[in-house]
Parts: sequence; C-alpha cells; structure tokens
Amino acid sequence: MSAALLEVVDLVAGYEPGLPILRGASLHAAAREIVVLLGPNGAGKSTLIKAIAGVVPASAGRVLLAGEEITRLPAHRMTRHRLGFVPQTENVFNRMTVEENLVLAGFLLAGTERRRQIEALYAFFPDLARQRRLPARRLSGGQRQMLAIARALMISPRVLMLDEPSAGLSPRLVESVFAKLVEIRDSDVAIILVEQNARAALAIGDRAYVMVEGRERHEAPAAILRDDPQLARLYLGGAP
Amino acid sequence: MNLQYIADGLLLGATIGLGAIGLTLTYSILRFANFTQGDLMSWGAYLTLTLAGAIGGALSGEVLPLGPFSFGWPILLAGLIAMGLTGLLALLLDQLLFRRLRRHGSAIVMVIASFGASMALRSLLEFIYTPQPLYFTQNLQIARRLGVGIRLTPDQLAMLGLTAILVVALHLLLTRSHIGRAMRAAAENPALAEITGIDVAQVVRITWLIGGALASAAGVMIGLTVQIRPYMGFDLLLPLFAAAILGGIGSIPGAIVGGLVVGLAESLGVLVVGAEYRAAISFAVLILLLLFRPTGLFGSRD
Repeated sequence: MSAALLEVVDLVAGYEPGLPILRGASLHAAAREIVVLLGPNGAGKSTLIKAIAGVVPASAGRVLLAGEEITRLPAHRMTRHRLGFVPQTENVFNRMTVEENLVLAGFLLAGTERRRQIEALYAFFPDLARQRRLPARRLSGGQRQMLAIARALMISPRVLMLDEPSAGLSPRLVESVFAKLVEIRDSDVAIILVEQNARAALAIGDRAYVMVEGRERHEAPAAILRDDPQLARLYLGGAP
Repeated sequence: MNLQYIADGLLLGATIGLGAIGLTLTYSILRFANFTQGDLMSWGAYLTLTLAGAIGGALSGEVLPLGPFSFGWPILLAGLIAMGLTGLLALLLDQLLFRRLRRHGSAIVMVIASFGASMALRSLLEFIYTPQPLYFTQNLQIARRLGVGIRLTPDQLAMLGLTAILVVALHLLLTRSHIGRAMRAAAENPALAEITGIDVAQVVRITWLIGGALASAAGVMIGLTVQIRPYMGFDLLLPLFAAAILGGIGSIPGAIVGGLVVGLAESLGVLVVGAEYRAAISFAVLILLLLFRPTGLFGSRD
C-alpha cells in the first residue's frame, strides 16, 4: 500500500463554537485511490471535507497533505497546496461563461500553462468545449457538474474532494460523472467522495469509511462494503 | 424641444453614473448600502483643490490653462493623486468601521453606521473648508456651439470624455483582468470564490479603492462644471441610489445607463414641473422603480 497523501487526525469542527459536528474524525487517502465517505444524514461527512478544505473552522486535530500541515489555513490558500474541493451546490459561477470559470480557477498558472490546462480539460469534457462561451447558468445539470469538477481540476489537484456530485443527476449522468472520476483517479489523484448514493459510489470506490455521529465508525475496502447487507441496513440510510 | 436640455442631462447623468458605479460595486460585493459614496465625491473634489493649490504654490508662477480648458495640468495631476487618496480614505473607513461591524453587525447596523460616517465626513469638510462654495478656477468659459442647438463648454466636453474613458477602463478591468474576474466572482458567490483560491478580503479592499477613486473623479467633474461645496456629494446621494437601482444593483453598465436616465429625467423634468422641483425628480424615479421593477432594468434574479 502506498503512503498516505492526505492524513486527517482527530479532527473536531463545527459551525458554532462549542457545538462540534465533527468529533474527532480521522481518515487517510493515497494517490490513485477513491475514498468514499458514507453514513446517515448528519453524520458529518460533508462537514469533514469542508473542514479539510478550510471552509468550516477546525477547533482541534490535524490535516496533513504530503506531510505538510494545512490545518486551519484559510480556504483560499488550499489551491496553492493543490487541494481541490467541489461543493454540492452553487459550485460554478453562474454569471460567468464556462471559459471564464476555468480562466478564473487557473489564475495561479502562467498564461500559456493555463491555456494548455484549459484545452486539456476541454478534451476531457468535450461538452464543455462546445459550450465554452455560454454563461454557466445555461448549462444542464450534468454539464454544470462537469464544469464544477473541471474548475477544481484547473489547479491539477493532488487531492480532489467532492460533496455529493450525483445529487440531482439522472442515473445515466451519474454513471458518466463517476466514470470521469475513475479517469481522474488514474491520473495519480487521491479522490475523497461524499455520497448518499452508496451503491454508485462503492462501485467506483477503492476504500470506504462509514461515518456515524461525527466519527468514522468503520473502514473497509469498498468491495467488502458493497456486499455487506447488514452494514447497508445499519448505516447507509436504508439503501438496499 | 430644446436639445440643450438633453446635453445638460447627459452631462449630469455621466457624473451620477460614475458615482453610482462605486455604489453598485460596494453593494454587490458587500451587500451594503454605502451612504458615504456622495461624501467621498466631495472629499475627492476638496483634495484635488488643495493638492492643485499646493502644486501651483510650489511652482510659484502662473500656470497657463491647457488648450481650450479652464484648468491647467496641476489640476489634472492633483485629480489623479486625489483619486488614489480618496480610494485610501474609503479603504480606511472600511478597515476602521465597516469591517468590524460586518463581522457581527446586522444589515441595519451597517446602514446606520454608513449614515453616521457620511455625516462625519461631511462635517469634517465644513470644519476644514467652511460651507462657502469654492471654485477650481476663476476663468470664465464660453460655451461653444456644437450645432443642432447645443452649447457646451470645453470643460464639459472633457468631462464627458473622461467618463467614457473611466467606464471603458473599468469594463476592461472587470472582464479582462484577474482582479476583475475575482471581483465578479466574489460578488456572485463569495464562498465559492474562496474555494477557488481568491482572497475575498483582498478583493473587498480593492473594491473600496476603486469605488473611492471613481467617486473622487465624479466629485472633480462637479467641481469643475458647477462648484465645490461640502454638501455637493451628499446632495447627489439620492440620484446615485436611483441610478444604481435603476441599472440593476451590481451592474456596471446598468449604473452608467441608470445615471444617464436619471440625469436626463432631472434635466427634462424641469421643463414639465419647474426648476424648484428638480430634486424631487430622482425621488419620483426611484419610487416608481421600486414599485414596478425593483430588480432594475439590467438586474438579474439569480
């Protein structure tokens, strides 16, 4: 097993002081690995990746990226460490064109390198290439999710975290979004995927954590969780 | 109908539009009605006057006006420096007052604070410069006939040109530069802007600098074409708000078009209701607008 690229140790975080949602959660993720976070509503899955991304303040614990401590860095510093985050909703700039969204997200790159990255992403998401001059609000749900992912990919992240990317998408679109995630993983990225859609997520995941009440309760290879009816009934919100 | 009223309306409208841009910028990024925008205009005019005096004094000699204009290069230079200083004044105001209140203040606290700051800025000008009106220059300008019954002074033409230049420059900044895109991103979705790597606090600081600088330019324009008084900017506050809301708050082209509409309405309205009700016209425009199209002409709902 390869060494952990991202390591989270006993992270405590919440929206209000004294009311932690995350109560000492730990996880690790390696390059070329999709780690799925599962669990019932309110278990702290989203809060965990938001706290890693610096969006929700962490009051205790540590986050290490390639051995470097990034705990409590402001959210806007995370792109410099090549940590990408795709929020669940409002994850593109609606009033900007597809191209502007990507140019903005790549502002840390030099001009030619940024251009090359945008063209590479257009090749990866051909739909976006066709819609490059369209304001993002005019995209369909699936295209918008692709743009949100492309926006996060502009910085060539080492770790990419996604909050429920399947929400609101048809099963066919979920399949195509998840197929892209597998390709991204294979380009040497560590992916952390928060999902309600446990079956679809476990189908592409390598490893999974089941979170309960602000902590990770189980950790197992995705293949094992996939075939464990008891776990499904207990923790996956009644999914079959 | 006399086309002169239209020319006067456009001139007034250009000034209002320039001030309204600052208002719309701070609103769209901070969701906050900045009542000090008018007083920043006054400060810009007074700072320019003081700096131009200092530059003239340092030269100790007669400075000839530039070409057909009533003003010489010291006023241009002073105006440029004053834009920077007024921007810094706006930034200082934010760092000392608004930023602290933003952290835990409610919307109403922000509005009252900006109203108080507006009063303080105005009173300070009255204290330093007295309420007596001042002028950039004593030179009289002869208005030139431009055909079709319109007469404008060279100064007024220069002001229209300056507005056009500033608006185009700002448009290019917002659409072509990183900081412009970052400002639009922070205005639309500050949380996502942060995730995308944008330091939103930095964007807020730059917004104040730009808003203050534009207010200063607008103040100098009024100073050159009318006169300089401590209330000159505050008296324009209502038209500024009318223009910003008319254009759809947050929209730069909207602010300019809104300014032109309000300016024209004031200028042409005088023909109908008489000059004594001039100030009421932008009020009427604002009320009608809020009743029938609260998102403004260019406003978006998303």
